[in-house]
Amino acid sequence: MAAVLTPVRKTAGQSFSDWANAHRKWLFAAPAMIFVGLLIVFPVAWTLYLSLTDASGSVRADSDFIGPDNYLTVLTDTDRFWPAAGRTAYFTVSALAVELVLGMCIALLLWRPFRGEKWVRVAILLPLVATPVAVGMMWRLIFDPNIGFANQMLGWVGIPPQPWLSGVESALPTTIFIDIWQWTPMIVLILLAGLTSLSDEPDEAARIDGASAWQRFRYVTLPLMMPTVIVAVLLRSIDALKTFDILYATKGKGGGSFNEVETLNIYAYGLSFDYNKYGLSSTVLILFFLIIVGIMFFLTRRRKGTN
Amino acid sequence: MSAVTELPESFTPVEATGRRRKPLRSRAYKWFRVCALVLVVLLLLAPLAWMVLASFKTNVDIYDAAKSLIFTPTFENYANVLARNNYFVFIFNSFWVAFASTLLSLLLGVPAAYAMSRFSMQRSALVVLMARIIPGVSLLVPWYYVFSNLRMVGGFSVLILSHMFVALPLIVYIMMSYFDSLPLELEESAQVDGLSPIGAFRLITLPLSVPGIMTAGILSFIFSWNNFMFALVLSGSSTKTLPVAIFDFVSYASIDWGGLMAAATVVTIPIMVIALFTQKYVVSGLTAGATKG
Repeated sequence: MAAVLTPVRKTAGQSFSDWANAHRKWLFAAPAMIFVGLLIVFPVAWTLYLSLTDASGSVRADSDFIGPDNYLTVLTDTDRFWPAAGRTAYFTVSALAVELVLGMCIALLLWRPFRGEKWVRVAILLPLVATPVAVGMMWRLIFDPNIGFANQMLGWVGIPPQPWLSGVESALPTTIFIDIWQWTPMIVLILLAGLTSLSDEPDEAARIDGASAWQRFRYVTLPLMMPTVIVAVLLRSIDALKTFDILYATKGKGGGSFNEVETLNIYAYGLSFDYNKYGLSSTVLILFFLIIVGIMFFLTRRRKGTN
Repeated sequence: MSAVTELPESFTPVEATGRRRKPLRSRAYKWFRVCALVLVVLLLLAPLAWMVLASFKTNVDIYDAAKSLIFTPTFENYANVLARNNYFVFIFNSFWVAFASTLLSLLLGVPAAYAMSRFSMQRSALVVLMARIIPGVSLLVPWYYVFSNLRMVGGFSVLILSHMFVALPLIVYIMMSYFDSLPLELEESAQVDGLSPIGAFRLITLPLSVPGIMTAGILSFIFSWNNFMFALVLSGSSTKTLPVAIFDFVSYASIDWGGLMAAATVVTIPIMVIALFTQKYVVSGLTAGATKG
């Protein structure tokens, strides 16, 4: 309508700004999309291509197209691939489960106002912003079998020292513990945001009806919180599945071998950058990617379902 | 006393957030809560305190269980980290990469988030958010190949680009939920008053979204500062960022624990200080979109 009121003659600048205004939707969105697209589409396409070749050695080396052979190799590999997939599932599911339960408990503790609230919030924020590699190193010192504080503490109560990160059985649970330490606060913050946005009325009504605290949580608060819980699971599982920093910091360089904590992410990283088996690692990554997309698809469906 | 007669007391406190929250009644629960929260705070802070304590110990004292808490502090580790290992260079690298990638991502991400929010471009948003989901390792081999052919590996530009890849989806996600919450009417009335649509975005919406942009910027800075995997593969000896430089204190044979903890403290403290001063923004960024369900 503004165009009707303006004089007939237009300068070049005006007609450009008219064009820009008319096409602002794509003018605004396109640069970001092109940037992400270039950095994703090409690499993913290339990874897909590599997964069908026997590429290894130098990145520039010639490689032969071998079709789905890599997929057969990987999917029948009960030595490395399936155990790594199992560890990824074990890591993600158990870390998430503990983080959710603990996170919900802490969020409920923080829900109603109290003195010193600010300080508790600060404490919750610190692990979240701490550099994961530094966090890994910090726990590596605490869990060191000889000089670590963890074993000193066990010594006080007469429990023999544990191998923690260097033990075959204990390495993965110990890294899960570190993940829980760092990321439970994230779940607390998300759930707390959900709790404070709840209306008081349903809870009050249940109280008047004589429901106990547990009943009010179980049948009133929890169902109302389900959408928030699913958002928390969605955000956290994306990162937990891809955990790299903490595993690398605790088990990499000088920390023994990755064998006990080899998740799909670590396995693929090793195949690419330690063994230069690009074809095989691409296959692992494509499968890993499909698994992640599948889980995200499932969770977003659930999320819509609860609305 | 019946529950109904108790009701009026529960209406007293009005929180700064504008929401009415009820105080708790049971004395036993109050004490339980105090103890539980003290325990939580202790468990969250003690390991960090341990790291900082160890950074002031000599390696001999670190090995001595009797000197867990009482020891003679030494600044030797910090002198070693900052002077001998040139950490000022790595601090600058981390800062520069985080700053540049945040700024560039805001430049690309804020208009994109605006368009995606206003024209509800769900599928386009999904393309950008895919970058959150894809495991970083799967991008590293192709990136390494292309960027080493372009002779960019080891330079700042490739680090900034790769960190933008982390920052951009984060910024788009946060800003989309921020723009969703801004009323459309403000822009519409500005347009009725004669502003062009882009003018309305620039003069009305953008100034109003400064808190959102702060949130997105701070969070993107933190994530870039903490990022490890991309810098591990793509940085060179002169462009190393702090998280990668930490590993200088780890050799296959032994670990210089004192130096390592000082290095870890040097990486962690600046980002914690930034987060403490901008708490409100960090929390709202981390929980963006969480309550929409």
